[in-house]
Amino acid sequence: MKALHDFLENRIKPHFVKGGRLEKFYRTFEAFETFLFVSGDVTKRGSHIRDAMDMKRTMFHVVIALMPVMLFGMWNVGYQHYQAIGQESGLIDNFIFGLLRVLPLIVVSYVAGLTVEFIFASIRDHEVNEGFLVTGLLIPLVIPVTTPLWMVAVATVFAVIIGKEVFGGTGMNILNPALLARAFLFFAYPAHLSGDDVWIYTGLEQGQQLVDGFTGATPLAMLTTGEIENLPSLMGMFIGSIPGSVGETSTIAVLLGALILVATGVGSLRIMLSVVAGGLFMGLLFNLFAVNDYMELPAHYHLVMGGFAFGTVYMATDPVSASQTGTGKYIYGFLIGVVTILIRVVNPAYPEGMMLAILFMNVFAPLIDHYVVQANIKRRLRRLKT
Amino acid sequence: MPTATRIKRGLNIPLLGEAEKILQTPPRAQEYAVKPTDFHGIFPKMMVQEGERVKAGSPLFYDKYNEKIVFTSPVSGTYKKLVRGAKRRILEVIIEPDQEDEYIDFGSDDPASLSREAITARLLKSGLWPAIRQRPYSIIANPADTPRSIFISAFRTAPLAPDMDFIVNGQEKEFQAGLDVVKKLTSGEVHLSVQEGETTSPAFLQAKGVSVHHFRGPHPAGNVGIQIHHIKPINKGEIVWYLDVQDVISIGRLFEKGIYEAQKIIAFNGPEVVKPRYYKIKTGAGISSFAGGNIRQEEGITPRYISGDVLSGQKVSPDGFTGYYDDQLCVIPEGDKPELLGWLIPKTSKYSVSRTYFSFLMPWKKYRLNTNMHGGERPFVITGLYEKVLPMDILPMQLLKSIMINDIDMMEKLGIYEVAPEDFALCEFVCPSKTEIQGIIRQGLDDLRKEFA
Repeated sequence: MKALHDFLENRIKPHFVKGGRLEKFYRTFEAFETFLFVSGDVTKRGSHIRDAMDMKRTMFHVVIALMPVMLFGMWNVGYQHYQAIGQESGLIDNFIFGLLRVLPLIVVSYVAGLTVEFIFASIRDHEVNEGFLVTGLLIPLVIPVTTPLWMVAVATVFAVIIGKEVFGGTGMNILNPALLARAFLFFAYPAHLSGDDVWIYTGLEQGQQLVDGFTGATPLAMLTTGEIENLPSLMGMFIGSIPGSVGETSTIAVLLGALILVATGVGSLRIMLSVVAGGLFMGLLFNLFAVNDYMELPAHYHLVMGGFAFGTVYMATDPVSASQTGTGKYIYGFLIGVVTILIRVVNPAYPEGMMLAILFMNVFAPLIDHYVVQANIKRRLRRLKT
Repeated sequence: MPTATRIKRGLNIPLLGEAEKILQTPPRAQEYAVKPTDFHGIFPKMMVQEGERVKAGSPLFYDKYNEKIVFTSPVSGTYKKLVRGAKRRILEVIIEPDQEDEYIDFGSDDPASLSREAITARLLKSGLWPAIRQRPYSIIANPADTPRSIFISAFRTAPLAPDMDFIVNGQEKEFQAGLDVVKKLTSGEVHLSVQEGETTSPAFLQAKGVSVHHFRGPHPAGNVGIQIHHIKPINKGEIVWYLDVQDVISIGRLFEKGIYEAQKIIAFNGPEVVKPRYYKIKTGAGISSFAGGNIRQEEGITPRYISGDVLSGQKVSPDGFTGYYDDQLCVIPEGDKPELLGWLIPKTSKYSVSRTYFSFLMPWKKYRLNTNMHGGERPFVITGLYEKVLPMDILPMQLLKSIMINDIDMMEKLGIYEVAPEDFALCEFVCPSKTEIQGIIRQGLDDLRKEFA
């Protein structure tokens, strides 16, 4: 270990420091160096001791929490494909097929995004932030498996530059970058992000054909078109063997991720619970005043369909774009739940409302915080009078 | 039994090396120092010439901004030299002590018979005035003010902080005498805070002429700032004063015996101390006089000496001096070794308040914590963490942001008058973005003072 560190320090580093041949890439080098070695920097001012937790470990835990949905997503991509062509396949077959389809998406997203991050870190001369390690994995999980790779690259670059860097980088963004990437694709290339043909990989090899009656529609699409009788079973949707974006389908896998996030204290349980509460509330409200089949759909069905669970656990909880005050988090989460179901049931143009609801509430989060802060100020002033 | 105020939010950091309750008197130090840097916001003007003889209680320098406030020698001896830092700033005023102390006689009187002005004048003259500090700003009190009330915390909760019951033992009379003096300085009440179930000394529990408040809960419950917030918070325009228990004792002694006896009991502790003990010293004593030979020797490990607690204390060199306000000298290892994949591998020797390491599974374990940053500085990302360790009705991140953009109006509204850097020390400790929070708070307080100066 010491030999490796000395090698880095004495042989490699001199090229990157000021005056070296590769000084422009110092921040890139530094990112890899601090990845390998937690630096020996010691406290100078203030507290002499520091908690062992840092941004790397925080983000690492989010990545860990994404593993269940990623692995399940890979399996499901294969499963859906073999179902569509009517071929028998085992667990391993499904997974390998999915791995080969999903891995390129992940690689492209990481390479495109990290390139932008490294460039900006060099221009601004700060350490490379770890936030993109999460964003880069979220993007492939919220798009259909059939999305062309160049689109993934364009959307990622757009999201990182317009969504994050123009505001000043990590910690300063207003919108969730991963969702912004999805929204960009959704509005720029709607044919690739909606409809019934994109969710399942149906590229056929010779001798293969789609099974009779194959539709490829997601449960939410069925509901919008009024095919409520074709809906998969509640259990099927809970497990996640349904068409959809790569990582969003399995509620079980998402719950596993949520468990990791909440147990380690990295994700906000407060936001997760209030999104669910908001969704159930709106679902029940529709049930009460139901005038069509969709409005009669039991409220808890909403929780297992589409991206509700995924968005609740991984997207709404993004600490930067969410409300930053404790009370604000309840309001923010609740409204995400309400707006999602509202869009789903009332607006036939958008079968899924989670993405738009979260982005919408991202924009409102500072306003919510403003009122929470004002309430704190008023409470403190009232103290003066008594 | 009065009801205790329960502090729910906070954190007791499990640091190794608690001091045994053994009191030792080390030999007299080779040198003593008064450090102008201990007193935030003053500008020292020397009153003695090099080589001049001084007695215990002789003035050494005064504050240019408030000439009434003088700083006196803790021992009798010879004023040897000044140690200056960058821009010729005075860091240490060094005194070479005599074998025995000669004291200046300030006269012993019953405080009850003295007017407030006479008491103030004597405290100023003796050099004990700087022990009285004020909120807002956490600086030396201005003798021209009359504080709304005065607060004294009779317990500590910072990591390895000394046990006040042990310190006051045998000095109960002086403590009460000091309270009688302090009481005359305010038009309001003197509030003394004790720890529910832990404080046993009758000097605190049955203190006369003050209101005793009971607190329980984790650090920072023992910080006077937290106690003020829960007893009677500071609003804009109000001034409160606060003192440490040992300063109250010194004040009591000043009026009983008529001398400035800068005696102090300090806890010498931390994971690097072989035999952590309590030592009876004079304020400003050279550290080597009692620390020498009592430090763990280990290949490749440099000890860091901290005057004060590990969260808010000052780094001092092994041949440096104890601080004016500090009653603890803590020694911890430097964490200057890079660590392979240190952020990834969950070693059991690491402590984290988050549950991303395993320390939460072993609540009984004590740690040999070092000075490593454990990561690089980042912008604010995680929210809701500071709130868990700041038991005040204050929005910490919003306050910090208002300071960073120098929004005076917002700082006031969000409660900057109530806080001191030490109250935010735990926020700084837990911050995964490694922000220098105490520095930011100090910056905000300085900006505010400048604004109203």
